[in-house]
Amino acid sequence: MSELAITVLQFGLLLLLWILILSIIAAQGRDMMVSKRARTRANRSSQPPAPAPEQGGTPATVHHSGQTPRPRPKRLVISEGPLVGTEVELGSAPIMMGRAQECTVVLEDDYASGKHARLFPQGSRWFLEDLGSTNGTWLGDEQLTRASTVEPGDRIRIGKTVLELRT
Amino acid sequence: MAPAQKEAHPRPRRNVELLLLVLALTIGIGAQVLVGLNLEDTIDERYYIEGGAQAALALAFHVVLRLRAKYADPFILPIVVTLNGLGIAMIHRLDFTSQYEGVADRQLLWTGLSMAAAMLLLVLLKDHRKLRQLTYISLAASVVLLFLPIVPGVGQDIQGAQVWISIGGMSFQPGELAKITLAIFFAGFLANNRDLILLAGKRIGPMTFPRLQDLGPLFLAWLIAMGVLIVQNDLGNALMFFGLFVAVIYVATSRISWIMIGGVLVAAGGLLAYQFVWHARNRFDIWLNAFDQEIYEQLYGSHQLVQGLFGLAHGGLTGTGLGSGSPQIVALANSDMIIVAFGEELGFIGLSAMLVLYLILFSRYMRAGLGTRDHFGKLLAVGLAVVLVLQVFVVVGGITRVIPMSGLVSPFLAAGGSALLANWLIVAIVLLISHAARRPIVVGPMLNTTGAGASGTEDPLRGRDTAEQLAVRDENTAEHAAVESPPGGEQR
Repeated sequence: MSELAITVLQFGLLLLLWILILSIIAAQGRDMMVSKRARTRANRSSQPPAPAPEQGGTPATVHHSGQTPRPRPKRLVISEGPLVGTEVELGSAPIMMGRAQECTVVLEDDYASGKHARLFPQGSRWFLEDLGSTNGTWLGDEQLTRASTVEPGDRIRIGKTVLELRT
Repeated sequence: MAPAQKEAHPRPRRNVELLLLVLALTIGIGAQVLVGLNLEDTIDERYYIEGGAQAALALAFHVVLRLRAKYADPFILPIVVTLNGLGIAMIHRLDFTSQYEGVADRQLLWTGLSMAAAMLLLVLLKDHRKLRQLTYISLAASVVLLFLPIVPGVGQDIQGAQVWISIGGMSFQPGELAKITLAIFFAGFLANNRDLILLAGKRIGPMTFPRLQDLGPLFLAWLIAMGVLIVQNDLGNALMFFGLFVAVIYVATSRISWIMIGGVLVAAGGLLAYQFVWHARNRFDIWLNAFDQEIYEQLYGSHQLVQGLFGLAHGGLTGTGLGSGSPQIVALANSDMIIVAFGEELGFIGLSAMLVLYLILFSRYMRAGLGTRDHFGKLLAVGLAVVLVLQVFVVVGGITRVIPMSGLVSPFLAAGGSALLANWLIVAIVLLISHAARRPIVVGPMLNTTGAGASGTEDPLRGRDTAEQLAVRDENTAEHAAVESPPGGEQR
């Protein structure tokens, strides 16, 4: 092969290397922006939580028709405590919260029990249930005694950690 | 809202990986063919077989990821395949010189073995949290692995450093595997004892210093590092093990005082080594007075380092082109000094691209650690990232005279089976951690109390009578509806 062709190929190799790097960086997108996202979420949650939507609303709301059932909240956000800013995607499975490593949401909180509370879906709602924890689970200002519904914006307090549902 | 949510939901991104993998294989195999073209070797079936083997291995790894760790990081595999392919190409190129013979074939064989071992680890381990149970076993394993080379009859002394063992005619460097076991030990130990170390301590000025008894493990790590240094004459590994521990403990406690204490201990260790270890003093002399004629000409002198610097200078901006330089002048051009060979033949543009690839790989390891939810996984990923970055720093710093040169090899590039095996196993572990980090908790609707996505969702009602579950829920729904008018649609 001619000298020229080989030289062109050599430069092609260098070019390919940088193309690989640039395409990796392009494909990463915003993946590396962890801390910034977490911080903005933490800021937002430090504001007083907005009152649960359409609670006691006028009869003329959209939901009135009953044709569009409200979607179940899809995210669980830790708004106070050691893990502030952490987010968990909710699906259709029960979520365990506590200090035990096998929990879905592992709380780094000295006031939480190993298996502290459970969040499970039913219809379009999430229900919260205490699992016999030492320090109790609080929903708003009340300590949980039985499973009860959680609306987006309700403060779930476990030890020093406060969690909220978001749609 | 909708696009934001779409972005928030994790995607497997395996197709991105496949595309990048094709690019990576083009670079690796292309480089090898280019070597053949430039050195007027006939491009025969040997090239096809070697290229085909590399492609088959990479694609097999990709398929294993698709099946076993769907949400694993999509960038790690292409980067590693690129570096590994370039390494094989450069070793292949050096096989054309008179000093080396058949090293590329051995490297390809080791690549195959390492990738097979990494795939096996991915399939068998499934969840990195199982490694936490091995915390203290890993410590014992590390000590055995580190001190195996000085056992008489097993160990070998090559080039002044006793880091090799020979099993049936094959040389193996067990210290390479100790990188993994020590990272597992440090991560497990600190995940268990982090609170203790964090809470107790004395505040002096802006920093909180740990209690003396909490310093115990740190001193132990320092002693192991010094033992490695003195007994085996291995400067690079000593620096790496100690750096690994300081970095992991800093990440676990976020206290700057650890870095300070670590720095003081490194300085003290360096001073002691300079005083008492001939090997270390020699390396210091070479580093400081590399261009001294006397040191240049003496045995074990600065000849290698200086020739390496000349090689880098010869490469210039774009390099001489693969096959056109003379990297074989430098001793150990295909292992310890392979970075110099790349600097000469690919130039600054090529070498900086490779360093950027290392940087991205490091950031992906760290990203896996940031994303995962458990403490052990975070610390393990950070530890393994630090292992990678310290190796690169020690090697590149050594050949560019930033720090004294020491016998570490650049990950994935240099000839050497044990390092390759260790680095591929690290890749497998980090991929598992990143899979755990990016995987959504639910995989499919309703299958996760027992299904594949269930790991981590321990349901206390599982296995009990389902009627009981339903009863609890129904009662509460009814009660709730009666007490406060629900915001939903059912009453209105």
